[in-house]
Amino acid sequence: MAKKEIFWMKAKRIMRTGFFNFWRNGTVSMASVLVMMVTLLVLGFLIFTGAILDRSLTELRNKVDINVTFIPSAVEEDILGIKYSLESLPEVSLVTYVSREEALVTFKERHANDQSILSALDELGENPLGAVLNVKAKDPSQYASVADFLEGNSAISSSGVSIIDRINYYQNKVAIEKLTGIISAADRLGFIITLFLAVISILIAFNTIRLTIYISKDEISVMRLVGASTSYIQGPFVVVGVIYGVVAAILTMLILLPATYWLGSATENFFAGLNVFTYYLRHFPQIFLIIVFSGVFIGAVSSSLAIRRYLRL
Amino acid sequence: MILFNKVSKIYPDNSVALEEVSFTIGPNEFVSVVGPSGAGKTTLLKMLLAEEKPTNGTVHYGDMDVHTLDRSEINNFRRKIGMVFQDFRLLPDKTVYENIAFTMEAAGRTDDEIESDVPHVLELVDLTNKAWNFPRELSGGEKQRVAIARALVNQPEVIIADEPTGNLDPVNTYDIVQILKRINDYGTTVILATHNKGIIDSLGRRVLAMEKGRIIRDDKEGRYFI
Repeated sequence: MAKKEIFWMKAKRIMRTGFFNFWRNGTVSMASVLVMMVTLLVLGFLIFTGAILDRSLTELRNKVDINVTFIPSAVEEDILGIKYSLESLPEVSLVTYVSREEALVTFKERHANDQSILSALDELGENPLGAVLNVKAKDPSQYASVADFLEGNSAISSSGVSIIDRINYYQNKVAIEKLTGIISAADRLGFIITLFLAVISILIAFNTIRLTIYISKDEISVMRLVGASTSYIQGPFVVVGVIYGVVAAILTMLILLPATYWLGSATENFFAGLNVFTYYLRHFPQIFLIIVFSGVFIGAVSSSLAIRRYLRL
Repeated sequence: MILFNKVSKIYPDNSVALEEVSFTIGPNEFVSVVGPSGAGKTTLLKMLLAEEKPTNGTVHYGDMDVHTLDRSEINNFRRKIGMVFQDFRLLPDKTVYENIAFTMEAAGRTDDEIESDVPHVLELVDLTNKAWNFPRELSGGEKQRVAIARALVNQPEVIIADEPTGNLDPVNTYDIVQILKRINDYGTTVILATHNKGIIDSLGRRVLAMEKGRIIRDDKEGRYFI
């Protein structure tokens, strides 16, 4: 028989034996699939938590900004000049200009229910508000240098007087620094917890598969004594491990569907508008691949590692 | 065919399992290895299968030194030897047919060969009607007959039976011994380890008597007495 034919004959037998073993050891298979499913659910949960954390942190970052308020007499050209120089800074992601008039309209809208303020404004006769530049940095930690930049010479008008009335960074400094700290800590903590949970759940799945192989250790020694080769003994166990992975992955994906649907609106309200159900549907192929690949990988690697010690005979 | 040359096995705790054991077994012999428990019978058989390495001495099969073989050579070598154990050691999740077929599959035999040979050996041990039963559904005697069928199916040059009747009643014991005799008549060497006096006396073949790791007697047509 040609080598290729022998290879396919062996492969076919290994697959068939693997399927039979999976099927005939129903209880053990079911237990292993359930444990593997818990592992994969943890992985799925980590994917969603990662997405939620990511989205929340981005939202939080976006909420941090500084407002530069100019004196009412400042000339628009000078302000726009500052806007351009701010935009050229590498730390700055966006600068929005709010003119005096727009500032007044926003102010009035905000205080539409407060008659006393509106009438005081009317009595003044002129617009007391200065124009505002809203500055967003790429990272919250960079606001300090942006504020320093504004404090420097660049904010001096052509007449030699500073046209900046105030920069609210100094009022918000403590809050901004705290938030920056929280964001980076949450990032780090999230990563550590993810790693920790992933490692633990993989170890549990590995141990379960090790136990199922331990049950078969006498069989393995018999196979050795009738002269079966290593690959021929190991193969079916790896196939069974892969089946555990695939079945557990499919079940996990099925369970995640109603679970995310149920949690969807709750997460949307709590976490910056991220609906886990829509996230799940939109990223279905990626999540499916990650879960299936993890299942197959854990199953196959656990099996082939666990069987080694019984093959020494 | 089989040569034990001054083979000793001393375990790390200094207990001596075999001490300078030397003998030869020719083709088509039926040799019984007898002796009380702990005499070294099982160790002797394990040495022959390369399951254990000797501390001193060599074990030869034909022109091979079995303890210098590498993994795949050991696999090939074991396919020439059929093993029968006291506790049967069948694969519990495979049917009778599959248990026997597995040995052929492991030896790389084709599906056609398996389909023609397995029914043949099942017939030889009179188990054709149990082909699709699982081992747990068989009696002790039936299990041992499956084990013999499994040992036979690759047409080995040697059959090693380690206390094959230890768990069986007298009727089944008689059956198994008759089957082993028939196998030997067909030309296969049989090595039988036992401490069943009745079997040895009824066989009237060569007997190696062991005690405390040594061979104390080698009789051409031995009877069992120690």
